[in-house]
Amino acid sequence: MQIIESSDIRKITAVHGGVWVFAEQQEGRLNSVTLELLGAAKKLSEALGATVNTVLIGDDVRHLLPTLFAYGADIVYLMDAPAFHYYRTETFSKAGKYLIDKYKPEILLIGATTTGRDLAGAVATALNTGLTADCTSLDIDTEKRILLASRPAFGGNIMATIICPDHRPQMATVRPRVMQLSDAIPGRTGIVVNETFAIDEQSLRTRVIKIVKETAENMKLEDARIIVSGGRGVQDFRLLSELSVVLGGVVAGSRAAVEKGLIDPAHQVGQTGQTVRPKIYFAVGISGAIQHIVGMQGADRIIAVNTDPACAMMKLATYGITGDAAEVLPELIREFKYALC
Amino acid sequence: MNILVCVKQVPDTTEIKMDSRTNTLDRSSAATILNPYDAHAVEEAVNLKRKYGGKVTILSMGPPQAREVIKKCIEMGADDGVLLTDRAFAGSDTLATSYILGSAIRKMSAKKSFDLVFCGKQAIDGDTAQVGPGIASRLGIPQLTYVEKITDLDAVNNMITVHRKLDDGYEIVESMLPCLITVEKCINELRFSPLPDMIKAARFSPSIWEVNDLDADISRMGLKGSATSVRKIFPPAKREGGEILNGTTTEAVKSLSDKMKGEILACRS
Repeated sequence: MQIIESSDIRKITAVHGGVWVFAEQQEGRLNSVTLELLGAAKKLSEALGATVNTVLIGDDVRHLLPTLFAYGADIVYLMDAPAFHYYRTETFSKAGKYLIDKYKPEILLIGATTTGRDLAGAVATALNTGLTADCTSLDIDTEKRILLASRPAFGGNIMATIICPDHRPQMATVRPRVMQLSDAIPGRTGIVVNETFAIDEQSLRTRVIKIVKETAENMKLEDARIIVSGGRGVQDFRLLSELSVVLGGVVAGSRAAVEKGLIDPAHQVGQTGQTVRPKIYFAVGISGAIQHIVGMQGADRIIAVNTDPACAMMKLATYGITGDAAEVLPELIREFKYALC
Repeated sequence: MNILVCVKQVPDTTEIKMDSRTNTLDRSSAATILNPYDAHAVEEAVNLKRKYGGKVTILSMGPPQAREVIKKCIEMGADDGVLLTDRAFAGSDTLATSYILGSAIRKMSAKKSFDLVFCGKQAIDGDTAQVGPGIASRLGIPQLTYVEKITDLDAVNNMITVHRKLDDGYEIVESMLPCLITVEKCINELRFSPLPDMIKAARFSPSIWEVNDLDADISRMGLKGSATSVRKIFPPAKREGGEILNGTTTEAVKSLSDKMKGEILACRS
């Protein structure tokens, strides 16, 4: 690992330009979207013949450097100071803008998390450049060196490819759990550029008092990676809850289940409830009315259990099991208890 | 408390249809509504007004018919409203939009500055969540995005404390006023409007501001002032046809387990 001070930077031209990734971390733990962005940046950088450069801002975060290099970073700009202990828009956006003004990236990728989207909006405005939100695919027009950032719009009804032809950097936030990780190369190394940015704590107007983590049991539906949802075809919601515990998911229901009083309205998925986008959505005894489907069709995998193999949900599902919930649920509980232990 | 709320009129995305022949949106098929997140921003502003006194003003940008969403906000308890409408604004991306809204807010602040600016966390048509932070940057005030709860408002010392949503929980943050807040739906529950507010709304018409009413640079607005443009739109990939797992229930469940075990374990890590 070659560590250079920012004052020596002019000796190395490669530290300018490149495809940049904002390394999101919280109290020294890297958010997994960062590694996904490195994978995406690597593909873009190959198309452009550029390096993958990473911005790491935090307090006592040097231990993250080997991971960033292993997953594809060529250069890491490091700002390590107590003022950066917690993410704050005012400190991170100023520090980020300073680095961008100094080293002039072509492209900057940021995770579409609440932190990433907060930062990206502030930085893009300060830089007077374009920003495309919540992208699900990235490509390059190699001739014009333009980023082609595609994203769903209008509630997922269409996809749009957005470009930022005349302003730099071209910025995009990227939806977590969409991009492929590159294979890690342990021991791979690169250049660390030590940077400092003076922050006067007295001049700051915001302060993070503390961070409160949520456990799986009180996790919000919209954040759940696995959702176990029941509808009219489920008589006993206790079985659904039990399956959810076994899978480490969150229970939800269709409007029919809410109206029957089987589940709290706060856990209703669909047009009049919540729109969810989990990794895996179990639809048990839900036939798939359009009002329900608009709320869950963004799931990566849909597992349907239904007595009617021809119903809309079974057609939408990645995998379908034909059968009565009362019979299939106990089997699922038994099998996954065994398989996941 | 002098409070401003920025709102947007949006198509009801659950009703939008795609014209499969031309690959374009059939916007005529959808009704327009007040962006649902913005409704909660208005509700929160009105709640604060009831508690601390003051005034709630609405700001929107859109075609002339967007006056309807401002009237809706008056019905919810807001006091006044301004609609920015001009052909020069059309086609603005988030960068240009925040410039226009920021310019309008500066003008509105000339008489009395705002203590708080509220926005919904995002609009359901674009889903970008960028205009709120953009406005905060333009105004040079702190931004608190994805706010789930206001736990304290100290009007004497001009401090506010909120819960800000994170991907795995929330953070408790305090900020000096003035600041900009974007809200999640869970911040409050919408109430039914009392009759006097409904009558007031029916008679209300917002002030209309055009480009010449703003002290702003027209080259930074609309398509010309936008950094991004849409290269193409296309329908989302169709979900691949499902696979029905055959055999007895036990066999089908075992087969599902073999296929999904790895992904389920990955979700839990």
